[in-house]
Amino acid sequence: MPALLEAKGLTAGYGAAPVLHGLDFEVEEGGVTALLGANGAGKTTTLRAVCGMLRTAGEIRLGGQSIAGRATEEIARLGLAHVPDGRGTFMELTVEENFRLGAYIRRDREVQADFERMWAWFPRLKQRWRQQAGTLSGGEQQMLAIARALLLRPRLLLLDEPSFGLAPLIVQEIFAIMRRIREESGVGILLVEQNANLALELADRAYLLETGRIVVAGPAVELREDEAIRHSYLGY
Amino acid sequence: MDGLTHQIIAGIATGGIYAAVSLALVMIYQATHHVNFAQGEMATLSTFIAWSMIQAGIPYWVAFLATIAISFVIGAAVERLLMRPVQNAPVLTHVGVFIGLLLIIGNATGWIFGYTTKLFPTPFESERPLLGGLVSAHELGSTAVTLAVLVLVYLFFRHTRLGLAMRAAAYNPRSARLVGIRVGWMLALGWGLAAAIGAVAGMMVAPVVFLDPSMMLGILLYAFAGALLGGIDNPSGAVIGGFAVGVLENLAGAYVVGTELKLTVALAIIIGVLVVKPSGLFGRVVLSRV
Repeated sequence: MPALLEAKGLTAGYGAAPVLHGLDFEVEEGGVTALLGANGAGKTTTLRAVCGMLRTAGEIRLGGQSIAGRATEEIARLGLAHVPDGRGTFMELTVEENFRLGAYIRRDREVQADFERMWAWFPRLKQRWRQQAGTLSGGEQQMLAIARALLLRPRLLLLDEPSFGLAPLIVQEIFAIMRRIREESGVGILLVEQNANLALELADRAYLLETGRIVVAGPAVELREDEAIRHSYLGY
Repeated sequence: MDGLTHQIIAGIATGGIYAAVSLALVMIYQATHHVNFAQGEMATLSTFIAWSMIQAGIPYWVAFLATIAISFVIGAAVERLLMRPVQNAPVLTHVGVFIGLLLIIGNATGWIFGYTTKLFPTPFESERPLLGGLVSAHELGSTAVTLAVLVLVYLFFRHTRLGLAMRAAAYNPRSARLVGIRVGWMLALGWGLAAAIGAVAGMMVAPVVFLDPSMMLGILLYAFAGALLGGIDNPSGAVIGGFAVGVLENLAGAYVVGTELKLTVALAIIIGVLVVKPSGLFGRVVLSRV
């Protein structure tokens, strides 16, 4: 069975300068893959390349189907949801409207049931239902962004630094919810995260990026246990 | 006293026209962050299309609906063919395209239909004077039509899936793509809708100001004043602004500056708003916490 997401020789950049130099990585069906690395290593660029925001070279396959060179909205319609840096929330709209937009492409009758599932995972969003998304706290906005992405019923979820700018307690809460999502929904996750410790706890595969190249790849457990990697790359 | 009441009612009637054009301007502004200077010319062209159909013997309301449909297609086509290629270009390019559109559509209209002023029929006739002669049948009818259009547009944006997607695409195109919204088509729909609203305004005002290729020039200025007064990023504000400018203009014309200087009122409002409160009366303050 092919991996859910498969990238081979993925190259991308902004304008003329390439940022990624031929990455090979994959996400298993229902698995969590973590992309780690320092600032400027190319983690965010990798996510942008996968969801069609950048011009790319190389192969990208979602469930065996090539998605390289397709428009972002068409890739979303194939079941790929992205919580980008900056979260991609519609700040001017209400929480409810953000939910409805998350399920925009869906024609099935289970949207309401999924709303209820999101309320169970993120009870705070239900309390804020008619509030403008821009007035939510940082943690609530991150929850809204994840809920919005999951409402697409994606096969693959891209998460860009879900812990960014949040208080440690909120980060723990969000990662606890993500573990639940992983167990209950079966969605594959490609996670970019500065907090390597948290990411490796959640992930089953991990890649370490350095200036646009993958320098270490392997099961998350191995990266976590490897003293040398931990010391020189993960800083703890 | 009757004179004053009459001026206010007449102001509301023309205000409805301004409100419709203001709304069209704001819709394009929200999506592109530019004001479409050619909005008025596009409406004039639509009105001429309606006029030719009525001349050809087509019943008024059939011509009315057909014109709305044709205008929608023209508006969407303008976005697809002219705006899309320059979507990432700098502001001045957009301004250039808008001015080019204004000149091309304006002159093409004159070339095709001639520059002589034409009578445009009103579908609203009444044998008896209405409200004791305070209001003409056309004033009453056109106000009803513009109000109906504004309410329909409001309901469309508030309560339909497509309306929500169009708002999302206007506010945040990048995020809209991430949820699978085809942003390019939403922009085209927005242009089509704006052109259709403009067409209604054109057909409702033509019986009053008579039809010629520069018919909408002054109206666009009033509408722009209305949009600014209400807040250029707020559709409901723009509608209220449009009505307010209509009433102000009529009262000022009747009691203060005289009819010859009425257009000055629009310019005074534009400058006044920009100096005193650039965001307009109802300009939205978007709250944001990080």
